[in-house]
Amino acid sequence: MPLTLFEKIWNRHVVSEFSDGRALIHIDRHVLQETTSWQAFDALRERGLPVRNPELTHSVIDHSVATHPGRTADSFPPTRDMILAMRRHCQEFGLRLYDIDSDRQGIVHVISPELGIAQPGCTLVCADSHTATSGGLGAWAWGIGTTQVLHVLATQMLLLRKPETMRVTFNGTPGRGVFAKDLILHLIGQHGVATGTGHVVEYAGPAIRALPVEGRLTVCNMSIEFGARAGLIAADDTTFQYLAGREFAPKGAAWDAALPEWRRLPSDDGALYHRELVVDCDAITPLVTWGNSPQDVIAIDGRIPAPDSFAEPDRRAMAERALRYMDLTPGTPIEGTPIDYAFIGSCTNARLSDLQEAASIARGRKVAPGVRALIVPGSTTVKREAEASGLDTIFRDAGFEWRESACSMCVAANGDMVPPGKRSISTTNRNFEGRQGPGSRTHLASPAMVAAAAVTGKITDVRRLLDAGEA
Amino acid sequence: MEKFTVLRGKAVPMMRANINTDDIIAAQAMMGKVERIGDRLFTGARYDSDGNERPEFILNQDRYRGSRILVAGANFGCGSSREAAVWALTGYGIRCVIAPSYGEIFHDNSYQNGLLPIILDEATVARIAAAIEGADEPVVTVDLERGEIRLPENGLVRFSIPEERRAALLAGMDELDILLTRGEALNSFQIRDRSERPWIWGA
Ligand code: SF4
Repeated sequence: MPLTLFEKIWNRHVVSEFSDGRALIHIDRHVLQETTSWQAFDALRERGLPVRNPELTHSVIDHSVATHPGRTADSFPPTRDMILAMRRHCQEFGLRLYDIDSDRQGIVHVISPELGIAQPGCTLVCADSHTATSGGLGAWAWGIGTTQVLHVLATQMLLLRKPETMRVTFNGTPGRGVFAKDLILHLIGQHGVATGTGHVVEYAGPAIRALPVEGRLTVCNMSIEFGARAGLIAADDTTFQYLAGREFAPKGAAWDAALPEWRRLPSDDGALYHRELVVDCDAITPLVTWGNSPQDVIAIDGRIPAPDSFAEPDRRAMAERALRYMDLTPGTPIEGTPIDYAFIGSCTNARLSDLQEAASIARGRKVAPGVRALIVPGSTTVKREAEASGLDTIFRDAGFEWRESACSMCVAANGDMVPPGKRSISTTNRNFEGRQGPGSRTHLASPAMVAAAAVTGKITDVRRLLDAGEA
Repeated sequence: MEKFTVLRGKAVPMMRANINTDDIIAAQAMMGKVERIGDRLFTGARYDSDGNERPEFILNQDRYRGSRILVAGANFGCGSSREAAVWALTGYGIRCVIAPSYGEIFHDNSYQNGLLPIILDEATVARIAAAIEGADEPVVTVDLERGEIRLPENGLVRFSIPEERRAALLAGMDELDILLTRGEALNSFQIRDRSERPWIWGA
């Protein structure tokens, strides 16, 4: 029987099956971040259990650490205990930790692909909902809760019911100013935040194949905003070239052994999915969100919708509430909305190519008066590489702040926050009420769009600046 | 884990769709070891910036204060993986949510903590909410043994959850105990896997 990519990975990882249809699944890679693991270590200690496979486990400090140069665990007092606890726990249980001052430090979903921890066909979990990011390499990667962290630490397995499969085929060619971020925002805007629920989503089609790995990571990153715990893209030569030589990627004979297996992973012809969707990329323009749900997406040349343009009473009520919270007027064009903050960061869009795209807009321009603009690289490696190619100078000259790597204003748990009532345009993945700080107002967009807003002081169609070339 | 058999208590209707984990507990409110995490449930909506209760928030109204059951709109608990969202609910005393659908990680986390996440179609959930709103006392009984929700004024709604989940809740059984009994299967899997996929093992 022809199998899908996901089914092949599932079959490979079944340790044993239960008569009720559940299975024990082997976890090849477990990645930990400091804000969701504390209680799991306490429980492990209480039960007197060791970590089953420390060699398959990696830990990092990313969510709660400050981002100014020279930061330490003491920089943001509310999270100091959590950082110290992470150090203690990793030492006690013999786990690798990429600490604040490590070259390998960065946002967990940025470093997992970057260090080659994530690989095609492997299972990878982390107590964090954006773990699906690593699906961009063809891994089955998904977010778990803290109790499941305990399960993996203790047994290297999870007890699961097999999810259903969905394929989303992206046809056509995205136009100018349209990036990976716009592809996934478009899907979520068209089908809503719950369509992926219960499914592992495979992104396929020519527009996906044409994306470099970093763009694929961006697409898979927002699977959870589509409702799916995991989203993945079949590995191909682009993937293998990306992985070769990375720190934890196989080398020599191990690489030679892995490659034929990786090449067998893509879905067989005729494999069946529980659900199929098709997206036409020719029709996608640069996008931005207007509300407090990632499905509240409009084209940059669109107008803010009126609540009664939604048929379902639910959506209408949500739109009313969002327009009040976001302080927007239905019927007005979204372009031209003045902003106070511009944030380029997060596991969605803070890899090197994202910074390059933003820099191509920022080069030779200035951040508009009254706007605070921050660049928070996705990892310390990204930061170093950006500095080596002079991107930091472009940003600094334009008036952006150049920070150390962390989650920062994506979740506002490290002291970096958008103040109440202020409007932010952000390369992150969630525009929830209060996400970037209590009372903050967030618009999601691609790095180029955020850079365009930073230099004009308002939400702007990035294509205008592309037309204008360098200022 | 605490057993779940029959739960009787106030039920609160919060029928907005997509109530997310940031709504349930904000990231800033869950950093580190939190005492009395139930006090932080719905932080943003429940308290003003000085920490005083907002009287308009439903759980701050005497009729619904101390609810044990929450009736919600679709996609409840979407968003982040934070198990603290479940801990905030159970810390407050809520042990059952009734909604048309859930964020998946939240749904899993609920079971791991003895919080029963019942799924019913939209119309039925709306009917339950209306029954609660219309009753003198918004008190509901959720009977897991019989698979019944008994509404304030004699209404009855049936529900079911996967049998293995039901058995675990009724017995108060942790999943880890099941996993730990499968050590032998794990050993043989890993021995075979080391030779079949050496690259996973750093060889
Ligand atoms: S960058 Fe944002 S979405 Fe990504 S892991 Fe950090 S907090 Fe989560």
